[in-house]
Amino acid sequence: MKEIKTADKLNKKYLRDGMLPTIFCNGCGHGVVLEYTFWAIEELDLDMDKTVFASGIGCSSRLPGYINADGLHTTHGRSIAFATGIKAANPDLDIIIFTGDGDCAGIGGNHLIHAARRNIDITVIMINNFTYGMTGGQLAPTAPLGSIATTAPYGNIEHPFDICELAKALGANYVARWPVTHPYQPIKSLKEGIQKKGFSLIEFLSPCPTAYGRRNKLGDIKKHWKWYDDNTILIEDYNKTMKYGTDEEKEKIKNKMQIGVFQDIETPGFFEEYEKLVKRLQDKQSKGGEK
Amino acid sequence: MIYKRDPKLIRNVLGNKVQFILGDMACVYGGLLAGCSFFGGYPITPASEVTEGMARMLPRVKGTYMQMEDELGSIAAVIGASWGGAKAMTATSGPGFSLMMENYGFAAMTETPCVIVNIQRTGPSTGQPTLGAQGDMMQAKWGTHGDFEAIALAPSTVQECMDFTIEAFNLAEKYRNPVCVMADGEIGHLRERVIIPDEKDLEIIDRVPATIDKKKFIPFTDSQTRKSKVPDFPTFGTGYRTYVTGLTHNEKGFPATDKQPDHEKLVKRITTKITDDLDKLTNVEKLYLDDAKTVFVTYGATARPAESAMEAARAKGKKIGMLRLKLVWPFPFKEIQKLAGKVDKIIVPEMNLGQIVHPVREYAEGQCKVVSAPKIGGEMHLPSELYKYLEEK
Repeated sequence: MKEIKTADKLNKKYLRDGMLPTIFCNGCGHGVVLEYTFWAIEELDLDMDKTVFASGIGCSSRLPGYINADGLHTTHGRSIAFATGIKAANPDLDIIIFTGDGDCAGIGGNHLIHAARRNIDITVIMINNFTYGMTGGQLAPTAPLGSIATTAPYGNIEHPFDICELAKALGANYVARWPVTHPYQPIKSLKEGIQKKGFSLIEFLSPCPTAYGRRNKLGDIKKHWKWYDDNTILIEDYNKTMKYGTDEEKEKIKNKMQIGVFQDIETPGFFEEYEKLVKRLQDKQSKGGEK
Repeated sequence: MIYKRDPKLIRNVLGNKVQFILGDMACVYGGLLAGCSFFGGYPITPASEVTEGMARMLPRVKGTYMQMEDELGSIAAVIGASWGGAKAMTATSGPGFSLMMENYGFAAMTETPCVIVNIQRTGPSTGQPTLGAQGDMMQAKWGTHGDFEAIALAPSTVQECMDFTIEAFNLAEKYRNPVCVMADGEIGHLRERVIIPDEKDLEIIDRVPATIDKKKFIPFTDSQTRKSKVPDFPTFGTGYRTYVTGLTHNEKGFPATDKQPDHEKLVKRITTKITDDLDKLTNVEKLYLDDAKTVFVTYGATARPAESAMEAARAKGKKIGMLRLKLVWPFPFKEIQKLAGKVDKIIVPEMNLGQIVHPVREYAEGQCKVVSAPKIGGEMHLPSELYKYLEEK
């Protein structure tokens, strides 16, 4: 009979000794994402000697430190470029990145764009809490219109950045978004993303009661979780309503955040193409062609 | 594919033993000979020929070349590749070097071997993109925030572009530190004869990999297998499960950001691992120093007109000499102290408004006169211009 897994057993197996307690506040969603990732890793039976976790700067970027595996905690926004180098040096490694909305969509946007475009075989887990939590709640590029931040004290007037739509447009092989409030769909997406050859991006909508919630009437974690239920809609439901719904129904959902799997394709990635290039050159060289 | 250095393949790709090539290209040759298997670059004049050369040659020796999205990405990918087990390098010029500064410090803090070739051009800002300068010499030492120790070589010839790139890899691997090859637009875009060293004459140093029991391994402390302040390298994927962070960390690699002794211990180790070896690292060329009363202290391209001025003066019986710094950082201060005690005057020609003249003056300690001979604007000093400094009292 298969052994019954519990969060406690997974923690014992995957957490790094000597790093606890975490830096996370009460109600923070980062630990939830870490737990979902452990479930996915466990179900995939990943070899933790051959899995590398990378991150940039911010609360979510502290996650690799808590995992008993190789980890590279890099500079702000650059983790995807670092990971590209790791993968180039050793394509046998599975590389998983933890990043936040500020780290990934703000300062690191350029690396995200080009890694997705090149379809680099890495998995990016972007934990979107609508804020720069570690530095105390400044305005993030994903923050909803009208939301309050320490650097947007009169309400955000910038349009939020939809990272899933961006990654999809760039041809990333796997793109999904889920709130942390339900475990099964995101764990399935994490498994699919990690297994997928090419670039995978899984965005989590995750609460930051301390830096974001308090300023936006969501300091109570129950309210914060309910906000996700009230303000998200499955991609399939969204599309159906937009096609067949009444004007009133359309109006009701048009500003909701879509959740689900945005893209699931099989385009060859950079390193697959690069290996072909190297082989082509070797064949040519052995025939004495290329000088 | 995981790279394995294949000397026969590399030599097949490089071609003839004696060639007439660009300085930039000689950096490519040096990288390939040293076993570079990852290059991340971004186009910038006058360093683009390094990137183009790598794009042509690296796939042919089964290494990985990537044109990254910017210089921030280039140096980041290089550091990542190094942790993945590759010998890795990038090449850039002033503006790109400025962009790399944050991760340059990250490489020092995380003890990551890597090589940065800087084909310097004039600045500040965009400056004169096609014209050479030596304006980044202090940036290589002080450009990133915080305390660290730089290692930087300055080639004066195309041959040295190749030799010093090999040497840069050796030093990077030995000390687990970023190493800069501080060439300039003059040498980078100069064509000269180079001789590719035979395999038997080539010294290739590789980082010492972690081999001890995984439970006993401590990643950020003195080596547990040798007498050295440089720890053995736990390449990602070899089962050591190392956490690498740019935060101040303890010996285990865990963040230790709130206590003074933790930071001091770490930063003192990663700086003294280099400065303790200053005598071994010091690499200077001495010309006529036995009898010289006035000497040029030079590095890089400016050594060439200085040497011409020196020869012209000696032909007229003047006692002139030259000390050329092949390795500029860590600064060979003992050589300067010794020299200043013997001579009346030191002249420091530089293609900037005076950078290396400052440590020279500092370490001359008032024993002799120290004169800056600056020239900027993308033109080298003429020998006649430097000759005038020899005639001044």
